[in-house]
Amino acid sequence: MTEEFRTVIGLEIHVQLNTRAKMFCGCDNNAEGKEPNTVVCPVCMGMPGTLPVASREAIEKTIKLGLALGCEIPKISKFDRKHYFYPDLPKGYQISQYDQPFCKGGQIELESGTVKLNRVHLEEDAGKLVHPKGSKYSIVDLNRAGTPLLEIVSEPDITSPAMAKDYMKELHLILRNLRISDADMEKGQMRCDANISVQLKGERRKGKVASSPIVEIKNLNSFRFVEKALAHEEKKLQEEFEKWPEKKTKLTHGFDSNRGTTYPMREKEEAKDYRYFPEPDVPPFDLTRFPIEKWKKELPKLPSHHRARLSELGLTKEEANIIAKDDTIKDVIENVAEKNKAIIGKLLINNVEARKLSIEALNQIADTIRDGSPSNWVRDMIRRSVKSGKLPLEIVKETKGLAPSSEEISEKTKEFTKFLISENPDVVQKHKAGKAGALEFLIGQGMKMTKGTVNPKELREELVKQLEEEKR
Amino acid sequence: MSNLCNLTIAEASKQLAEGKITSADLTKSVLERIEQVEPKVEAYLKVLEDSALKEAEASDKRRQAGKPLSKLDGVPIAVKDLFCTKDVETTAASNILKGFVPCYEATAVKKLKDAGVVLVGKLNQDAFAHGSSTENSDFKVTKNPWDLERVPGGSSGGSAAAVAADECLGALGTDTGGSIRQPASLCGVVGLKPTYGRVSRYGVIAMASSLDVIGPLAKTTEDAALIMEVIAGRDSLDGTTLGAPVPEYSKELEKDMKGLKVGVPKEYFAEGMDEDVKKVIEKSVEKLKSLGAEIAEISLPHTDMALATYYILQPAEVSSNLSRYDGIKYGFSTLREEKEQPLEKVYFESRGQGFGAEAKRRVMLGTHVLSAGYYDAYYKKAMKLRTLVKKDFDEAFKKVDVIVTPVSPTPAFKIGEKSDNPIQMYLSDIYTVPINPAGVPAISTPAGFVERDGKKLPVGIQIIGPMLGEPVILNVSYQLEKALSLKDRPKL
Repeated sequence: MTEEFRTVIGLEIHVQLNTRAKMFCGCDNNAEGKEPNTVVCPVCMGMPGTLPVASREAIEKTIKLGLALGCEIPKISKFDRKHYFYPDLPKGYQISQYDQPFCKGGQIELESGTVKLNRVHLEEDAGKLVHPKGSKYSIVDLNRAGTPLLEIVSEPDITSPAMAKDYMKELHLILRNLRISDADMEKGQMRCDANISVQLKGERRKGKVASSPIVEIKNLNSFRFVEKALAHEEKKLQEEFEKWPEKKTKLTHGFDSNRGTTYPMREKEEAKDYRYFPEPDVPPFDLTRFPIEKWKKELPKLPSHHRARLSELGLTKEEANIIAKDDTIKDVIENVAEKNKAIIGKLLINNVEARKLSIEALNQIADTIRDGSPSNWVRDMIRRSVKSGKLPLEIVKETKGLAPSSEEISEKTKEFTKFLISENPDVVQKHKAGKAGALEFLIGQGMKMTKGTVNPKELREELVKQLEEEKR
Repeated sequence: MSNLCNLTIAEASKQLAEGKITSADLTKSVLERIEQVEPKVEAYLKVLEDSALKEAEASDKRRQAGKPLSKLDGVPIAVKDLFCTKDVETTAASNILKGFVPCYEATAVKKLKDAGVVLVGKLNQDAFAHGSSTENSDFKVTKNPWDLERVPGGSSGGSAAAVAADECLGALGTDTGGSIRQPASLCGVVGLKPTYGRVSRYGVIAMASSLDVIGPLAKTTEDAALIMEVIAGRDSLDGTTLGAPVPEYSKELEKDMKGLKVGVPKEYFAEGMDEDVKKVIEKSVEKLKSLGAEIAEISLPHTDMALATYYILQPAEVSSNLSRYDGIKYGFSTLREEKEQPLEKVYFESRGQGFGAEAKRRVMLGTHVLSAGYYDAYYKKAMKLRTLVKKDFDEAFKKVDVIVTPVSPTPAFKIGEKSDNPIQMYLSDIYTVPINPAGVPAISTPAGFVERDGKKLPVGIQIIGPMLGEPVILNVSYQLEKALSLKDRPKL
């Protein structure tokens, strides 16, 4: 049955910006852990006579996201008033953007395809209603009121619930990459409304594509819920496809995360009319006077860029994915020697301790690995280096152990190998007699004697070489 | 001492500086005057007797120490109740805000206080500045000091009446479509509507945000200039304020009128104007000519459209700005009588009972013009017309330095005469309204009197200037004032 249908999904994602101050006043934008209604002022409480003054930091962060997503930044942008009554909206209108947002168009590249964007606009968040247990009333907390809020609207380019999740995750990564939002979904810093409909492939009814109504699922606050809710709704829309009356075009649903199901939300009879008009208190912005080219240059690279580059370096797709999401590893890889990037990437994924090493130390370690997985010697060297704060080469010198790679170290290895051979004449004899395991025994002895500071690979090579020479 | 309240700000400032009078005596004189005439005029919603006297004493101490804060230190001034005053009830003369005590100060009030001004009290007005007669106040009807049976005009009627009746030395008002100029004209005082953005609107309860301006009402042009010097300028709390430096307005009044080009727009003298008013205006124009000004007829072709534009944009913005009075916060709420009610009932009934008829009329009009399907036909078109109206003035000011027109088509009308006819009431602002969508400054200056029922009623002339042209209109106003030398005062 599913083959007959095409799924059409578009997402509207709200993201709180991590600006210092709120959108239109000087209040601290971080109200975490604060008592209700303590991070407020007359402006964000919408008190009579107060006026909004737009935060340049919020506008800068919005435009930077737009630049990163390839959006068009128009010459003129402005705020508008969006009217509705609700107790958490102090002015009776929200300052939002209607027809001239800061960013238009753009796209997000996913493995499963490209999702075009409609727009990114900036607005102010509302307060919160709190429902005390057992009471018949609600109380209002305005700490959140006035927090700068991005709305990122995708085109209906998403074709499956899994792709919707990927899109969310990718956007999350980009936001964190740009350091414009912490995008912590549990704290409500990133929230999603999803629109889904299913269409019957190839079939037209009355000249139109045969489509189910569009269902909007409100307030999805985790990646998993986005996928789950959409999967549930997708299935329901397919199963009930023929039942929908043609008139019904739009439904609003909520998501019950405990049951994993969606449910219809109470809807008003009349159509919503927000009576948008240009916000007279905030003059329009001439964006040609903003340093947009400079911002463009300052932009960090996007995750998709990192993934491509990491793959080129020889990392697997999985490894590239992990590193693209990990700021620490990414920063390290940017800075280590070109030839060592892939080795260090792999090392850092698997060895948490190695993350504490300096760039120089990592380069020295990587020189000893070359190929294959890190040996016990390497792991030991990392441990020692982290503990002492010394570079691996210093440690090798001090412990009179053997530095595996540089010329000097090779000399030491040669000397040690000579020493090892001279100390174990019977094992050497056994090896010469062709006894299997004798070489391994010698290497083991060597490791023991050097307390693991010798590179077993080099030791093996050197042993083989010197034993060959002795044969002649 | 009892006559100190008759002083102008300039006179009082001089005498305070010379140590001839004290702010305490001046303030007491004003408070005594209030006690004496307020039962007849009813200009104040609140008189701040105690704090005014304390402020006056503090001012005197500064003067004694040789450290006055400004020329206006110790001068008693009052403000329209639309201005938020810290820790002092601010109602906008509306029930829905009754009991509201702001924890912040309007920037204009703060600037006055920082200059050492003594705040005498809060003045009556039409509720939320909706009206042209101050009859729309939810609390009292202010009378015109020249004839107590007549209105003082509006919406800053309390401000104009208080200044005319010597109940303060000067006052602040607001002007969205004539609310400073029309009452100034009807009460025989000077009223300046500055350029949009010249004075911060922060803390002034909004009527129509893109049209609202704050300005002085005063006994003389010089006084208006002195107040402007204090209140004008950029404010970080109001993103629409202009950055241009503030001139010393009071220093630019003496320039003579020789060669000044004065435009008289034909559209403003078309029809509906009271014949006596017309004569006063014509005489004033003659006076300007005799002072050396060149008079030229000009045209502002989009004048009638300016009215239409105003009556769409203004209610649209009003409907939005009044949204915050939701019957939960601030003053009147049905929740105070009945604790548990469904949300929508609270909204409907509190707003239904808390707002007056005029506010409701404007909310309905404004909501309609912003509604889906009507926005393009009304609001969008009005915004386009607004550009044409602005252009009219831009073009005119390429040819002339100032434009003069009547302020109001009639002198002060009787209380109750127009209160049942909103259209008639709207028409009393016909000459002042077009100025606000254009954003240019204009001043109403006393030009003469007409007689009605055996009483002298003042008539003002409107002098309009280009953007930031306050210096030139104050100059013309001052010179005209000097030449006309009107000595009559209301008899109370």
